[in-house]
Amino acid sequence: MVVLLLLLIPLIGACFLFLYKGDHRFASAAALQVSFASLLVMGARLFYWNTPEMLTFSAPWLTSLGSSFSLQMDGLGTMLSLLTSISYFLLFWYLKGRTIERPAAFFGWLLLAQVGMLGVFLSIDSLLFYFFWELALIPMYFLASQWGGAKRIPVTFKFFIYTFLGSVFMLIGILYLQSKTADHSFALESIKKIRLSNEQQSWMFWLFFIAFAIKLPVFPFHTWQPDTYEESPTPVTSILSAVMVKMGILGLLRWLLPLFPIASYMWGDVVMSLAVVGIVYASLLAMQQSDLKRLIAYSSIAHIGLMTAGAFALNNMAYQGLLLQLFTHGINILGMWILADIIERKTGTRSLDSLGGIAQQSPTLTIFFVIIALANIALPLTNAFVGEFLLFNGILATPSNYYWVFATVGGLGIILSAVYTLKMIRAIFYGEPNTITNKPIQLESHEVMALSVIVGLILFFGVYPQPLLDMTADFSKELFSQTDITSLFRKS
Amino acid sequence: MNALLISAILGVLLMLSSVFIKNKSLIHMLALIGLAILFILNLAEINGWLLFEIDVKGMLRFDRYALVMNAIMLASLFFYLLLSGRTMEKVGPHYADYLALLFFICAGLFMVTGYASLLILFLGIEVISIPLYILTGSDKRNLKSNEAALKYFLLGSFSTGLLLLGIAFFYGARGNFSATVSVDPTVVASSLQLASLLLLLFAMSFKVSVAPFHFWTPDVYDGAPTVFTSFMATIVKVALFAAFVRLFEDTFSLQFSIWQPWVAGFVVLTLLIGNLTAVFQQSVKRMLAYSSIAQAGFMLLAVYAINGDSKEGLLLYAASYSLATIGIFAVLIYLQDYTFEGFNGLAKKQPIVAASLAIFFLSLAGIPLTGGFLAKLFMIKAALSYQPWLAIVAVVMAVVSVFYYFRVIQAMYFRSADQVTQPEFPKAFPALLLITALLVVLLGIFPEALLGLLYF
Repeated sequence: MVVLLLLLIPLIGACFLFLYKGDHRFASAAALQVSFASLLVMGARLFYWNTPEMLTFSAPWLTSLGSSFSLQMDGLGTMLSLLTSISYFLLFWYLKGRTIERPAAFFGWLLLAQVGMLGVFLSIDSLLFYFFWELALIPMYFLASQWGGAKRIPVTFKFFIYTFLGSVFMLIGILYLQSKTADHSFALESIKKIRLSNEQQSWMFWLFFIAFAIKLPVFPFHTWQPDTYEESPTPVTSILSAVMVKMGILGLLRWLLPLFPIASYMWGDVVMSLAVVGIVYASLLAMQQSDLKRLIAYSSIAHIGLMTAGAFALNNMAYQGLLLQLFTHGINILGMWILADIIERKTGTRSLDSLGGIAQQSPTLTIFFVIIALANIALPLTNAFVGEFLLFNGILATPSNYYWVFATVGGLGIILSAVYTLKMIRAIFYGEPNTITNKPIQLESHEVMALSVIVGLILFFGVYPQPLLDMTADFSKELFSQTDITSLFRKS
Repeated sequence: MNALLISAILGVLLMLSSVFIKNKSLIHMLALIGLAILFILNLAEINGWLLFEIDVKGMLRFDRYALVMNAIMLASLFFYLLLSGRTMEKVGPHYADYLALLFFICAGLFMVTGYASLLILFLGIEVISIPLYILTGSDKRNLKSNEAALKYFLLGSFSTGLLLLGIAFFYGARGNFSATVSVDPTVVASSLQLASLLLLLFAMSFKVSVAPFHFWTPDVYDGAPTVFTSFMATIVKVALFAAFVRLFEDTFSLQFSIWQPWVAGFVVLTLLIGNLTAVFQQSVKRMLAYSSIAQAGFMLLAVYAINGDSKEGLLLYAASYSLATIGIFAVLIYLQDYTFEGFNGLAKKQPIVAASLAIFFLSLAGIPLTGGFLAKLFMIKAALSYQPWLAIVAVVMAVVSVFYYFRVIQAMYFRSADQVTQPEFPKAFPALLLITALLVVLLGIFPEALLGLLYF
C-alpha cells in the first residue's frame, strides 16, 4: 500500500495545482507540503512499514492484454524512491518564495514528473513500466519548453524525439517478450521464466539498451544532454540529472541485466568501451567549457559513464557501489545545480570568464560550493568516495579480458574530474573580484538550510555508508545470482 | 438492423423538416436527438433487442463486431455534430440537407460494416460515396471545393468500377456473392479468382486512401469544407476499414499467402508516404490529410494480421482516432489561419481548448495514457507476430509523426501569439471538447470499457 501512497500523493498534488487559480505564493507552499508528505511516507516506510503487504501493490488492469498494475518496492526501488523524495523536498525548499512565472503549473508539472519517475522505479510489469517511462517524459518536455532559455523549443524537442525513439524500440522488445511468455503476461516474473536463445537475447538486449543508453545518456547517444541541461530552467535540470537519469540505470539493473545476462556479458565489452570512452570524452569537454551549466552537464555524463561501466562489471561489488552511487550522485549533483542556480541568479551570469573572486565577499557560499564540488570528484570522507571505490574495485573484477583497460581509462576520469572541478572553483571563487562579483552574495535562510542538509548527507554517508549498503544488499545479491556468468555458463 | 432502417427514415424526415422548420438550432437539436435514438437502438441490438424481424436472405449480418463498430461510429458522429454541427451553416444555405445527407451516409456505413454479401458492400459504398461527393462540393462559391468534388467524383467512380469488376469476377469464379464463406484455395485457384481478389484489394485500398492509391486524398480533404473533411477522414474511413478487414478476414482468409505480401507493401508505403509528406506541410489542414493517410497505414495492419488482437485493436483505433481527429478539426474550423502559426499562443487565451488539443495530438502520436497508444500497441503486436521488421517500420514512423503533431503543441504552448485576433468559440465548446479529450484518455486507461462490449 505504501507504494501506492507514494504515487498518489504527488498525483493528487499535481491535479490540485493544475486546477488551482489563486495566490502565487500559495502554489509553491502547497508543492512544498506535498513533497514533505512524500518524504514523511518514505521515512515511515524506512522505519515502520516494512511488511511485504505494505511494499507491494497489485490490481487488475488491462487484463485482456495480460498486464496488471503491479508495484513492488525492493532495495533498488527503496533507494531511488528515497532519492526522489529527498531531492524533491530539498529542491522545493530551496525554491520557497521564488517568483516563477505561473508557479502552479510549474510545480504541477514537476509533481507529475515525480509520479512518472516513481512509477518507473516501482513497477514490475513491463507495460506499466513503459507507461510510466513515457509519463515521466511528457512533463519534463513541457517544463523545459515553457520555462527554458532562448533556444528551448528546438533543444527540448530534440530531447523528446531522442528519448521517444529509444523507448519505442524498447516497446517492441517488451511486446516480443510478452508474446514469448507462457501465460501471455507482461509481468516481470513471467518474462524471467522465458528461455531465450543467445541470438534472441542479443536482439532484445539492443532493443532495450538503446532506450536506456539514450536516457542515461551513454556516449555516443549523449548529444541531446548538454543542450537540454543548459536550456532548461535550473530547477528542472536538477531533477533531470539528479533523478531522471536514474531511470536509465534502473532499466539496466531491473530489466536488462537479469533478463538478458548472457547478452549482457557478450556485449559487455562494447558497452564498457563506450562507457569509458564517454568518461574521458566528457571530462575533456568539461575542461573546455566556460559555461557553468554546460560544465556540470558534461561532468554528469562522465559520472554516468562510470556507473554504466559498473553495471556491466557483472559482480556483486560493482552492483553495491553502483546502488550506493545512485543515491550519492543524485544528492551531489542536486547540490551542484542549486549552487549554479544561486550563482547565476545573484550575479546574472554563469560564464566562468566573467566570474571570479566570490570567496572574498561570500565565504558561506564558497564553503558550500567547495564541499559539494569535492564530493562530486569523490574525495575520501565524502559520500561519493565509497561508491566510486566499490565501483572501481568491481570493474577490476569484471569477467571481461580487458578489465584493466576499462579500469585504467575509467581511472583517468578521476584525475580529469579533479582538473575541471578545481579549475571551476578557481575561476568562480578565487582571483580578483570584478564589478560583478565584488558585492557579497546573501543567501536566504531556507537556501542555507537546504544546502546544509545536502552537506550533512554528504559528510554523514561519507563516514558511515552502512545504512545505504544494508538497504540494497539483498537486491545486489539477487541481481548477482541472476547475472553470475560463471554459474550461467556452467548451467548451460 | 435497427439503426440501419431508422437512419434512412431519419434522413428523409430531416430533409423534409427544412420545409416546416426555419430555426436552424432546432434542426440541429433534432439531428442530435435522432443520433441519440440511433445509438440507443444500436446498443439495444447489441443486447439482442430488435425492432424489426426482416428476412434479409443472408445478405446482412449484424454480429457483435459490426454492432460495436456501429456504436463507435455513432458516438463519434454524435460528438462531431455537437462540436461542429452548427458550423455547417457557414458552408451554404441548405443546412437541413447536409444533416439529412449525413444520415443517409450513416445508413451506408451500417451496410458496409454489416454486409454478408458483396452486393451489399457495393451498395453500401455507393450510398456513402454519392452524398460525400455532394458534401465535398457543397461550398459552391469556392473553386477549390468544386475542384475537389470533381476530382473525388471522377476517381471515386473509377475505383467503384474496379470494385464492381472485382465483384463480377468473384461471381464468375464462385457463382454467388456470399462474403461469409471463405474461398477455398484448393478448389478454385483460377485466374478469375485471383483477379477478383486483387481488384477488390485495390478498390478497397483506394477507398480507405492507402498508398499508392492515396493521391486523391490530400486534394479532396484540403478542398472540401473543413467540417466535412472531418467527417470523411474519420467516421467514413473507419467504417470502410471495418469492411476491408471483414472482406479479407472472412472471404479471402484462406488465400492470405497471396494477398499478405501486397498488404505488407501497402502498409510500408502508406506509412512512409503519409508520415514523411506530413512533416513538410505548412497548412494544418493538409497536414491532417496526410496524417490520416499515415494513420490508415497503421489501421491497415489490422487487415494484414488476421487475428483477434488486431480486430480488437481496430475498434480501439477507430474510437480514439475518430474522436481525436474530430476534436482537432472542430477547433480548426474556428481558426482563420490554417497554418501552424495560427495556433500560436492558444494556450494562454484558451487553456481548456489547448489542453484538449494537446491530448488529441498526443493520442494521434501514440503517447501512453491515451487511446491512441493502446490502439497502436495492438497493431504493432499484431504485426510483430508475422514480421518484426514491419513493426520496426511502424514504430519509427510513429516517431516521425511526432515531428508534425508536436509542431501544433509547440505553437500553442511555447510560442506567443503574434496575431491580434484570437478565435471566438461558442460558450459550451471548450467544455464539450474537454469531455471528448477525457474520453480519449479514458480509452487509454480503461479500454475494457469498450472492448468489453464485444463479449458481454
